[in-house]
Amino acid sequence: MADLVLKDVEKSYGSVKVLSNINLDIKRGELIVFVGPSGCGKSTLLRMIAGLERITGGTLTIDGQVVNDVPPAQRGIAMVFQSYALYPHMTVRDNMAFALKIAKKSKEEIDAAVGKAARILQLDPYLDRLPKALSGGQRQRVAIGRSIVRDPKVYLFDEPLSNLDAALRVATRIEIAQLKEAMPDSTMIYVTHDQVEAMTLATRIVVLAGGGIAQVGSPLELYERPQNEFVAQFIGSPSMNLLPGEIVGTGTTTTVRMKAGGTAVSNYPSQPGDEGMQVNVGVRPEDFLETEGEPIFEGKVDITEALGEVTILYYERVDGAAPVIAKLPGIHKDLRGKVVKLAADPSKVHVFHKEQSLLYRHEPHQKIAAQPH
Amino acid sequence: MNPIIAGLVTIVVGVGGCVGYFYLSNLLLDKVIFPARGENISRNINRANAVRPWLFMFPAIFALGLYLVYPVIGSFWRSLYNRAGNEFIGFGNYQALFTSGDFQVAFFNNLLWVLVVPAASTFLGLVIAQLTDRLSWGNIAKSLIFMPMAISFVGASLIWKFVYANDPDIGLINAIRDFFGLGVIDPMLVPFWNNFFLMVILIWIQTGFAMVILSAALRGIPEETVEAAIIDGANPFQIFFRIKVPQIMGTIVVVWTTITILVLKVFDIVYTMTGGEFDTEILPSFMMDYMFRDDGIATAVAFVIMIVVLPVMIWNIVQARRELR
Repeated sequence: MADLVLKDVEKSYGSVKVLSNINLDIKRGELIVFVGPSGCGKSTLLRMIAGLERITGGTLTIDGQVVNDVPPAQRGIAMVFQSYALYPHMTVRDNMAFALKIAKKSKEEIDAAVGKAARILQLDPYLDRLPKALSGGQRQRVAIGRSIVRDPKVYLFDEPLSNLDAALRVATRIEIAQLKEAMPDSTMIYVTHDQVEAMTLATRIVVLAGGGIAQVGSPLELYERPQNEFVAQFIGSPSMNLLPGEIVGTGTTTTVRMKAGGTAVSNYPSQPGDEGMQVNVGVRPEDFLETEGEPIFEGKVDITEALGEVTILYYERVDGAAPVIAKLPGIHKDLRGKVVKLAADPSKVHVFHKEQSLLYRHEPHQKIAAQPH
Repeated sequence: MNPIIAGLVTIVVGVGGCVGYFYLSNLLLDKVIFPARGENISRNINRANAVRPWLFMFPAIFALGLYLVYPVIGSFWRSLYNRAGNEFIGFGNYQALFTSGDFQVAFFNNLLWVLVVPAASTFLGLVIAQLTDRLSWGNIAKSLIFMPMAISFVGASLIWKFVYANDPDIGLINAIRDFFGLGVIDPMLVPFWNNFFLMVILIWIQTGFAMVILSAALRGIPEETVEAAIIDGANPFQIFFRIKVPQIMGTIVVVWTTITILVLKVFDIVYTMTGGEFDTEILPSFMMDYMFRDDGIATAVAFVIMIVVLPVMIWNIVQARRELR
């Protein structure tokens, strides 16, 4: 239940800078998801907010108070760990009550808080069990319950679902969403590498890459208006196709002559004089349409995957580039080995400046190091 | 015969005998007793495989039986006979023991040793393991503390004889007393407390053992539980005693009981330092006093020690097995 401000936050280990220029303004009641590839520093950032890692530059403010040097317990945060981190020698009840006992709360207060958390999480029948007698999902709920009893200003989740199996992951994800709904004022920060979790849970997603923030926005903003190639390819599955081309027509719409032949028209505006600029045209597989007219891309289908509702076409690779992927509605088993022309609605065609990997004509939100893809 | 040749012959005979035993016994099993042919082929193979583990274990079982089980029974039997071993006196030796003042002193002292030494060694080992964990020179400190483990009990006793020497120019204790203007004493002559001066030697030796085992156990504690406790607001003392120690309780018990069993076997320290004089006798040294003089009494003492060790031993094994799981 707090506002959280990160200003120019940095983290370095000795001379190695792993995070820099982190600027974030988190409002009360938001559920912020940090997402990014392995090693992008998302867990480190969360641990810095928790106070488990030192902040080596910039300031972290919770509710108007700079907490850089405040010990974790006094920051008003609670954290759920990936490995649950339950105390193995304590019963579920004692696990949840530990923080309150340390804080020397009265027995009535502790019982009330633990009882309430147990009811919310349906842990009543297990209160006197040891963690080893619980299933993975139940352990995760105890870890969440341990946070709830402390009534923190900010909840921190560090990949809480990655140790669960697929079915349980979906169920627990929904439980977390319901929990958030039951506590609309609580601020939550959630780290994951799973974009489905990010898309379904977040009020805003923070995409981290190469030690900085690649983009901040609501899930659909990131999907519809990615500000750079990294975000464009990270959000959405299969990844967005990036095809090289050269601008030939400018104005309220931009026309790109594709390097491999064909023409793409995008609703992104461009200015006179931009003709001849080398760009990447980005189209999501699901935005491609079969066409008989002038295509954006034309090639021979190498493999088809018919999933029933959609068919995924993998085109033959050209010059070692990643294969172009298209997702067509319905079943098209017969397209293998055939040439299929693809076009897309101009509103679904993204244009990226080739060198900087930033969206053409958009001001850079954050400079990021180029990501290999 | 040349000793080198004698040694080589022994090695060849020993190793050859082992190989020969395993080869021939398996051959006998597979070819003669349960041959893998004929109409009962599958039944024979199954039976041969059921018997085979016992073939391999037989030498060990035989040796353990001969050198461990038989002596236990033999000792008990001997303890029922008189000094010369020619007259059966039932539990007479035990009766004599429990009414003897010397035995009672030894038993009481041994009780003190069992209570103090394992507790002190384990506690110090645990504290040192925790304190040295994050130090840059922690490994050097650990090596120094572990070093007494490599010294024999007799050697350690000789070192401590210098510490306890009743001469301020040699003994550390008396040098300190001298510095404060106190008179020279002989620590070995201080009634009751001399027992504790002897215990210090064993604690000095065993702390290193406890430290090494507990240090490894402390490192095995998941770091997240400690971090969760930090976020829960626990201070370093609470983290140590309420989060870390309970998680390694099994290992602590194993270390504790292992040292307890050792305490019930050590006679060298008392024997070297005081020879059991000045009311410092403990059961093993008491037993040594009677050995070769009155084997009836000595075996009775040995049996008493075994009875005392047994429950600790069983607990130790149970805990160690639980740790392994």
